[in-house]
Amino acid sequence: MTIRLGGIIVGLAITAVLVLWSLVPGFINFAFGPPPEKQASYAFYEHGEGPEGGFSFDGPMGKWDVAQLQRGYQVYKEVCAACHSLKFVAFRNLQQLGYTEAEVDAEAASWTVPGLDPNTGEPTTRPGEPTDYFPSPYPNAIAAAAANNNAIPPDLSLMTKARHDGSNYVYDLLVGYGEADPEKAAKLGFETPPGLYFNKHFPNVNIAMPQPLVLDGQVSYADGTEATIPQMAKDVAAFLTWTAEPSLVQRKQTGWFVLGFLLFATALAFLSYKQIWAGMKPKKK
Amino acid sequence: MASDTAVLNETGTEEGVRRRDWIHIAALSTAGVGGAAVLIPLVSQMAPSADVLAASTTEVDVSAIQPGQAIKAVFRKQPLFVKRLTAEEIAAAKKDDGASMRDPQTLADRTKEGHEDVLVTMGVCTHLGCVPLGAAEGENKGEFGGYFCPCHGSHYDVAGRIRKGPAPLNLQVPEYSFTSDTVIRVG
Amino acid sequence: MSFAWAKQYEPKTALTKWLDEKLPLPRLVYNAVGAGYPVPRNLNYMWNFGVLAGFCLMIQIVTGVVLAMHYAANQAVAFGTVEHIMRNVNWGWALRYAHANGASFFFIVVYLHIFRGLFYSSYKAPREMIWLLGVVIFLLMMATAFMGYVLPWGQMSFWGAQVITGLFSAIPLVGEPLQVWLLGGFAPDNAALNRFFSLHFLLPFVIAGVVILHIWALHIPGSSNPTGVEVKSESDTVPFHPYYTAKDGFGLGVFLIAFAAMVFFLPNALGHPDNYIEANPLSTPAHIVPEWYFWPFYAILRAFTGDLTIPFTGIVLIPAKLLGVIAMFGSILLWFILPWLDKSPVRSGHYRPLFNKFFWFGFMPTMVVLFIAGGAPAEEPYVLLSQVATAYYFLHFLVILPIVSQIEVPKPLPFSITEAVLGKDKAAEASRTGTVDGGDAGTLPDGSLQPAE
Repeated sequence: MTIRLGGIIVGLAITAVLVLWSLVPGFINFAFGPPPEKQASYAFYEHGEGPEGGFSFDGPMGKWDVAQLQRGYQVYKEVCAACHSLKFVAFRNLQQLGYTEAEVDAEAASWTVPGLDPNTGEPTTRPGEPTDYFPSPYPNAIAAAAANNNAIPPDLSLMTKARHDGSNYVYDLLVGYGEADPEKAAKLGFETPPGLYFNKHFPNVNIAMPQPLVLDGQVSYADGTEATIPQMAKDVAAFLTWTAEPSLVQRKQTGWFVLGFLLFATALAFLSYKQIWAGMKPKKK
Repeated sequence: MASDTAVLNETGTEEGVRRRDWIHIAALSTAGVGGAAVLIPLVSQMAPSADVLAASTTEVDVSAIQPGQAIKAVFRKQPLFVKRLTAEEIAAAKKDDGASMRDPQTLADRTKEGHEDVLVTMGVCTHLGCVPLGAAEGENKGEFGGYFCPCHGSHYDVAGRIRKGPAPLNLQVPEYSFTSDTVIRVG
Repeated sequence: MSFAWAKQYEPKTALTKWLDEKLPLPRLVYNAVGAGYPVPRNLNYMWNFGVLAGFCLMIQIVTGVVLAMHYAANQAVAFGTVEHIMRNVNWGWALRYAHANGASFFFIVVYLHIFRGLFYSSYKAPREMIWLLGVVIFLLMMATAFMGYVLPWGQMSFWGAQVITGLFSAIPLVGEPLQVWLLGGFAPDNAALNRFFSLHFLLPFVIAGVVILHIWALHIPGSSNPTGVEVKSESDTVPFHPYYTAKDGFGLGVFLIAFAAMVFFLPNALGHPDNYIEANPLSTPAHIVPEWYFWPFYAILRAFTGDLTIPFTGIVLIPAKLLGVIAMFGSILLWFILPWLDKSPVRSGHYRPLFNKFFWFGFMPTMVVLFIAGGAPAEEPYVLLSQVATAYYFLHFLVILPIVSQIEVPKPLPFSITEAVLGKDKAAEASRTGTVDGGDAGTLPDGSLQPAE
């Protein structure tokens, strides 16, 4: 009895404190106070839909398009790598993109990685080996910030997993550059601050990264695919999906196998269960 | 209570029993297969990971090694001995090629053609994995002038062949090749 | 075991006879989850989740021990070692996804287990101890899950550690030194990461120990059941094995199908993208949220937006931050007195019309609202919603339950479990042949039920 009485008193007290000191003032403010100010930039944000037709790896049956991953790698190498590292990916991983061992050796050697002079121990550079990881374009974060107007270009290894719906996000971002609608901007007093760039698919529409893919044909694809901006954006988004989750396709394929087995096992378990309980439940009349 | 047991038994006809057993055995064996399959990732995760397997080549410049000297390099996180044999050592090793050995090999078996003076071996005693002495200047080279493992007293000759002591095999010669006259690539 | 008709273990081979004398493990298993444990015959699928929760604990311990073989608790490399597991370790991605989603599924299962306990009043005498131990397990799980989420050292890990240890700074006088002590520094860093790893490894085994006590306490009165009527005769029960081992086996299969679907097809759906960004002490993510299973409690924490002041004087009695912390911990700690708040002699919600209404139209929607508000940014209308829901949460347990249990007229209970399952004729037959003692069949409420106090 004491516990129940105490409970009722404590419960009413908590509720009173909550209602009188938090809920009522909050409600008055919500109903009669000034509406919360929204940054003007939100008026310009547009949610992207990803590339037309989606990606080959979408959905539970999705697979890599190896040619696309190779093209995306080329875009990364020729465009993104100037500022963005890829530190969790090693050259040896490129074998997954359909390159032979010799091609990977040659590809690795085409990159310059930090090394040590074997005789003096002084820091130096050397051609990459398959076991090396993609080198960072900057020696450290301070150098990266200094070279980029204080905005450090993020590592791209996990970019598509570090953003909601990341593959589409990368694509949308790369094709989202442009100008804010001048009429609307004048009305709202919106201006992209100096040193930032307008991108309608970036959450606050002002991004520190200058437009990386500016021209159709910025890279020349060996397989003859026309290198339009959307094509390059899609290819590099696919490549970055692979860098973020190299096991994606293996994972889905294993998943089907496991699910099939579990369905079979569960069906057997169900029959076994019903068999054991047969006669224990009254028959429906 | 008695009536319920009776209900249970009524279904237990000859045929019913057999069918029942079959389904239980099938369900249990399937569960067993599933349990065993789970062991695959749990066991194989302890095997060398992709980066360990990949980090398996080492290049060594042998040009600076003088006859009679040896250097220690690292291959797969293990010591690697690269020794340049003197003319006398080569002669001694060849003389012993026919001697009775635990793990008979000739010097030619253990070196590359045209580079008979360069002996590349793992610096890992084949007994229990200690690092033998004899690579560095002034170390005990053992009774046969090659390497000597201090852990349990294995003596290797100038060609790294086991001659005395508990080790069962010669010092292992890893896979390697000369990428140029002066550089070897191990692994 | 308390029931006289429980089957006795009889070792058959020489080996089991010898073992039974020296270390009667087979007997223990036989009595705990074998044919020697009589269980009410009418348990529904809601009674599957206890076994499933135990299975989840096992998944977490097995995958966790294996992951710890590759992980390094050092702020410089922790994030990288997790990526190493994902990319280089054989089957590492599967093990890590199983562990991460395993935590979520553990909470799903435990929440269903708790809701079952709340609806069927499984916390009532004589099962208070089982309930109390269960609350202890839940608290340990929350601590373990929180510390586990810090280990990948992503942005959410780091800021979660910062914010959750910051809760303790709300405590008057000792709060701030306490937070510094918890972290071993002024911000989450190596010291915090290492101790969290150590405790994250230790606590699951503590949980396993309390789980054993939980099951032990369960075997004293035996399992409850959907009617809430206590077991009276042998016809009310079936042996745990094979009846419930088979049912739990089937339930496990269904659980594993859902689990595998998440692990293999949507492994990151329950996580937060920001945790794939390495911890950065200089930049807070735009919207910090804990893992989804903490959202209801996070909503309660944030519901208190105003300091408790003496009106018109501006004197602050309790700051809002402390109110929120008290309410959040209080919302779980009040479960410890739940068995004594609800005095209704009837257990099952099916026979409690008023309680039933408050449960389905009050409590469950409240939990949904708290869940949604906890995961949403701190904006209107979510703040107001969370405040209304928080108020109802405390009213439900502390005010409504005691009063409802006092004034409610329960529906007539079945005389026995057997009657509930097979209908009255069978029950009457059972009462003639069985060992039922006392009471007029089918009319009076269960005589074995006593008021909870």
